[in-house]
Amino acid sequence: MNAFLAVARRDLLLAVRHRAEAANPLLFFLVVVALVPLGLSPRRETLELIAPGVFWIGALLATLLSLERMFRSDFDDGSLELMLVSPQPLPLIVLAKIVAHWLATGLPLLVAAPLIALLLGLPARSLAVLLAALVLGTPTLSAVGAIGVALTAGLRRGGMLLSLLVLPLYIPVLVFAASAVSAAAGGLPAAGQLYLLGALAALSLTLAPLAAAAALRISVS
Amino acid sequence: MPARHATAPGAQTAVLEAHRLTCFRGGRMLFRDLDLSVAAGEMLEIHGPNGSGKTTLLRVLCALTEAESGEVRWRGRPLRGQRESYLASLRYVGHQDGVKLALSVRENLEVAARLGGGSGTESAIHRFGLEAVAETPARALSAGQRRRTALARLLLGPAPLWLLDEPFTALDDDGARLMQELLARQVEAGGAVLLSTHRPLAAGSAGHRRLELGR
Repeated sequence: MNAFLAVARRDLLLAVRHRAEAANPLLFFLVVVALVPLGLSPRRETLELIAPGVFWIGALLATLLSLERMFRSDFDDGSLELMLVSPQPLPLIVLAKIVAHWLATGLPLLVAAPLIALLLGLPARSLAVLLAALVLGTPTLSAVGAIGVALTAGLRRGGMLLSLLVLPLYIPVLVFAASAVSAAAGGLPAAGQLYLLGALAALSLTLAPLAAAAALRISVS
Repeated sequence: MPARHATAPGAQTAVLEAHRLTCFRGGRMLFRDLDLSVAAGEMLEIHGPNGSGKTTLLRVLCALTEAESGEVRWRGRPLRGQRESYLASLRYVGHQDGVKLALSVRENLEVAARLGGGSGTESAIHRFGLEAVAETPARALSAGQRRRTALARLLLGPAPLWLLDEPFTALDDDGARLMQELLARQVEAGGAVLLSTHRPLAAGSAGHRRLELGR
């Protein structure tokens, strides 16, 4: 537990020290969302129809931009080796890094969500479901992403490969989360989609640390 | 290529042994059928030109890389199945410093202490003469000071085995002297040391042996 907190604290501290870098994904998200009404149509009916999808595609891409931070620099400067030769269970260390990554990227997304919903003209009644979908969906993005980064950490140009690996795995989150927000915007119940998002989060948070730990051992050897 | 041996002549029981290790890197054979052993209170110095496989050997010994064939034993039993207890007895300073540039010296050492289950950050900082820069982000340190930070991890709690990859790189004369002193202390205290270097250490006590790679 001690090691878990130490690693999570360390990664958060690094995110704070690299503030500008850590803020990039959120800014990217905001810009993408601001471009959509300009590129498509600022008409309320059109926006309302596409807003849930646009929101979640933006969230996926923003998360993807921030994933490399999780292991890449640790791989490059040798600190990852030190984590592997420490007597602590590696999946626990990976889970700490996933939690820290979520706190540094998922949480800001959650805070910015009302503003983004406003930009996209999402009806106010869907805001609660949007926030719930973010709370349940973004941990899955961080956890599944960890596997992808762990696999590609040792590659010189892993960025492209990372998106090819990770984006298809993000599809369930995209489908259920966007559908939950659409349903809520249309005044329909969204509990079913939210339950599925919760199940995905539970599954990925338990299994992804094991898979990512195995992948890290391969990347480092 | 003949098998090389660096096994203790005495009857001391080895804590760390490797049997018939063979390693490839990028399709090139680094060494074949390498045997080595280190006993408690002993220092094994690995020599060899650049590219002779010193770093790979150390990475195999600390279970970061798998050897093509051969076996590593800790206290007579294979590493597999006792990885955690082995890693808990080990301090490894690799060829990279593993120092986070955005964190201060103290923050770096505190994380290392928590990960290794050790303590004594303050005395380690003091011993390596890093007090003046303890709060400075490692980015602003010289290469030698970063190396000192990496080596200070050795002092975060006692460990029966030290694996060091080129510990003297970037150290000044004072730092090198301090490192020699610490090595001697570790050996006197009954610890084992395995280190790679391209600069031979002054021939020391009885417990000091050499292994040549790539000759």
